[in-house]
Amino acid sequence: MSSIWPQLEGLLDDVQKPARYIGCEDGAITPKYHADKVSWLLTYPDTYEVGLPNQGLQILYEIINERPDSVAERAYAPWTDMASVLRTNKLPFFSVDTHRPAKEFDVLGFNLSAELVYTNLLECLDLADVPIHTEKRAAEDPLVIVGGHCTYNPEPIADFIDAAVLGDGEEVVSDITEVVSRWKNSGRASRESILRELATIPGVYVPYAYTPVYEKEDLICMSPRFPETPEVVEKRTVSDLADWPYPKNQLVPLTEVVHDRLNVEVFRGCTRGCRFCQAGMITRPVRERPAEQVRTMISEGVRRTGYDEVSLTSLSTADFSGIEEVVKSTLDDSDCGQLSVSLPSLRVDAFTVGIAAELQRARRTGLTFAPEAGSWRMRQVINKLISEDDLYSAVESAYSQGWRRMKLYFLTGLPTETDEDTKAIIDMAKKCVEVGRTHQKSPSVTVSVGGFVPKPFTPFQWFGQNTEQELHRKIRLLRDEAKSSRGVQFKWHDTRASVAEGIISRGDRRIGAVIEEVWRKGGVFQEWSEHFNLQLWVDAMEKYGLSLDQYVYRHRTEQETLPWDHLSAGLHKDFLWQEWRDALEAVGLEDCRWTPCYDCGACTGYGIEHVVASAQPPAGGSQGTGQPIFPTESIPVSFSGIKI
Amino acid sequence: MKKVRVRFSKKGKIRFISHRDIARIWERSLRKAQIQLAYSEGFSPRPKISFGLALPTGNESEAEYLDLELVNDIQENSDALADLKEKINKALPKGIEVQNVAEKELGADSLQQVVIQCTWQFDLSDYTINQAKKWAEEILGSLEIIVERERKGKVVVEDLRKQVISIEVIGETDAGVRIQADLGTQPRTLRPSELLAASNPPIKARNVCRMNQWMLQGEERIEPLTITDTPAPSAHMAEVIRRELNHVRPNGQASESGLNQQRIIRSTTKT
Repeated sequence: MSSIWPQLEGLLDDVQKPARYIGCEDGAITPKYHADKVSWLLTYPDTYEVGLPNQGLQILYEIINERPDSVAERAYAPWTDMASVLRTNKLPFFSVDTHRPAKEFDVLGFNLSAELVYTNLLECLDLADVPIHTEKRAAEDPLVIVGGHCTYNPEPIADFIDAAVLGDGEEVVSDITEVVSRWKNSGRASRESILRELATIPGVYVPYAYTPVYEKEDLICMSPRFPETPEVVEKRTVSDLADWPYPKNQLVPLTEVVHDRLNVEVFRGCTRGCRFCQAGMITRPVRERPAEQVRTMISEGVRRTGYDEVSLTSLSTADFSGIEEVVKSTLDDSDCGQLSVSLPSLRVDAFTVGIAAELQRARRTGLTFAPEAGSWRMRQVINKLISEDDLYSAVESAYSQGWRRMKLYFLTGLPTETDEDTKAIIDMAKKCVEVGRTHQKSPSVTVSVGGFVPKPFTPFQWFGQNTEQELHRKIRLLRDEAKSSRGVQFKWHDTRASVAEGIISRGDRRIGAVIEEVWRKGGVFQEWSEHFNLQLWVDAMEKYGLSLDQYVYRHRTEQETLPWDHLSAGLHKDFLWQEWRDALEAVGLEDCRWTPCYDCGACTGYGIEHVVASAQPPAGGSQGTGQPIFPTESIPVSFSGIKI
Repeated sequence: MKKVRVRFSKKGKIRFISHRDIARIWERSLRKAQIQLAYSEGFSPRPKISFGLALPTGNESEAEYLDLELVNDIQENSDALADLKEKINKALPKGIEVQNVAEKELGADSLQQVVIQCTWQFDLSDYTINQAKKWAEEILGSLEIIVERERKGKVVVEDLRKQVISIEVIGETDAGVRIQADLGTQPRTLRPSELLAASNPPIKARNVCRMNQWMLQGEERIEPLTITDTPAPSAHMAEVIRRELNHVRPNGQASESGLNQQRIIRSTTKT
């Protein structure tokens, strides 16, 4: 149990933002070590500022430290200046809590929320002096376990990880701890024995336990190597968030980070069914936290942390059925002082704007909506069923209530998108500005556009991503349209980054060599524009004889084996395929929470249900569609706390 | 009394937190301590907290200051102030500690305006006492120390010598030779690191700590607020160390040690 702090301290004057490496946050835990305990190092492989607020990591940090048989510390990817300071001074990758070398932990847990951080995973392992390949690791080396949304397709990093966890981590982290504890305390038998045992835990995928079978270039199946290895690994789902009021002590950093406020998760899952959205698909069903628990978490959190802003997090917070109740009581709670409440993802309708106005009485910042597509036809394709009426009444309502700035998020490069659909993005922004002029002198609308990257376990997983040239052409088209439009600002994401993301997103095991090559050529922090380099990826693909067309640009067929077919997010593949066909026909599908079940598999397959905080559906209708909502007995819904 | 001045120290790991972040920590900690602060008027109300001179990230301090404006009057008795101090200390992170809280006259000038110089201590590693003395003599013996800095794309030429009020070599520590220096803050604060970077060859200091801040009261320099009940750290230090040199002199006078007057010119990096 050593700390490298004495050696590190004198070097911190030589790096940017030394605050990244000192720990000391309010809520940080100094673990009580014991030789028998399983020690986890939970790492977010991006900068401290991006990684610290991650709720998933903080939840596991608390759960592991609450257990009598385990301890957890945290780590974040050292920025490039720190990485070279560490290498020059022969110091290892370390935890921020007590500055222990990563190699001294039993388990290195990595949170993978974005594909482009994969090269940082290798960088962290290498700095830790842990072999980057699972096959090279010995029994005394730490186990490398990953979790987070990206791990629904872990194949591109199969060579580097010992296990991937699918789904919610709250329960499975204990299952893993118990298995590792038995192994560790019975003398650490071979590496293979622990990997095989981990592979039997539901929700845990061990790449070592599966062999890819190819026919020429095509993947045929992933074949289990051992009799006890399951053919399909199912995701883990926590059935009721009320059982998990975590994090109880949200970390309050000393330096500024993203999302620097109290974050309270109000629900997990989403039933709107946007066809491009991986998060919405893989986190089903909807599990709302009881309104009362949300209130307690807010008031206790505010008192403990001193934050004056709370964010109610979820994939679509205005859809939280207890929203009005929570908002009203939070604003009325005088103990909370001058508290402002933010909703990170707003539904597009007037009702939502009303809530936002209520919330931002004290400080009114900009409003952000995500229509995602400019034309109604396109929105039916992607199943983001926001009508023009709803949109403009929301905009009207916002400007009339004093907002002057508005931000609209869109995707381009969607299935069946024509230039008319693309241009409709700017038309929509222009109309918003027009609506604004009736209330404001100089209203402004910022249009932010990203290139669409298809993701596994979505109806668009078969779609061939637009080429970089095509995305770039669409961005130019939009830029030209925006130029002549007063009040419309245009921002876009780097289309080159979408290519690299596309390579990994639906890649198979052969992509591992590409990731390693990019890392070896110095391609770390690929999420950061100052470090991103598409050429590294293109060169690496070429070096290993892999084509962008095969992995990224071609449409996939119904018959072919997808690299993640041996994993399951609960969704039936035929449901996703039907959704893909419907998308091409521009046929929408209504929110399943308040209408009868479409049998996607996420509830029925696991014997679980949607859990809601209120018997009343949200005002304004679901998805802002104004669609009539008549809850009937056939709806698979239970109320949180009280099962009916 | 509605305005109070707070004196605090910043030591240990938290010294790596920037001035800007420290300001945010104060706002949050005061809310957490449920201190009723006055807020500014307007569209985006802010609590009325005025911070003193910025402390360079990585440096420690025995003497940081800030002024607060409270909503309610506070009785001028030590109990209420002691209570305030205790409440704030409970809410602050480890490494920042309030040493004293006292009344401040309404409308008195801001800390950034009144402070004219600071006393610093730092260690020169890899230096012997004699080398350190020579270094101090060279600086004090020079007429001017011209540095060129790039500021907002423009080259600014500055004479650091005017800002060097005194340098003493005060003894040896584990980390090297300890120096105490009084450096000016008007119109711009001279940081120990800047002075050292302008030396030939450039030196790196360790364990940099701001010991005192000074303002003028008539002819006399005084601290904006002392630590009552404890001796001032500079006085305390004086007993432990051997006084080797005392080079307090007005600007630009010739050195007693007879060193040639010289002009030191260095370029430092962007600021």
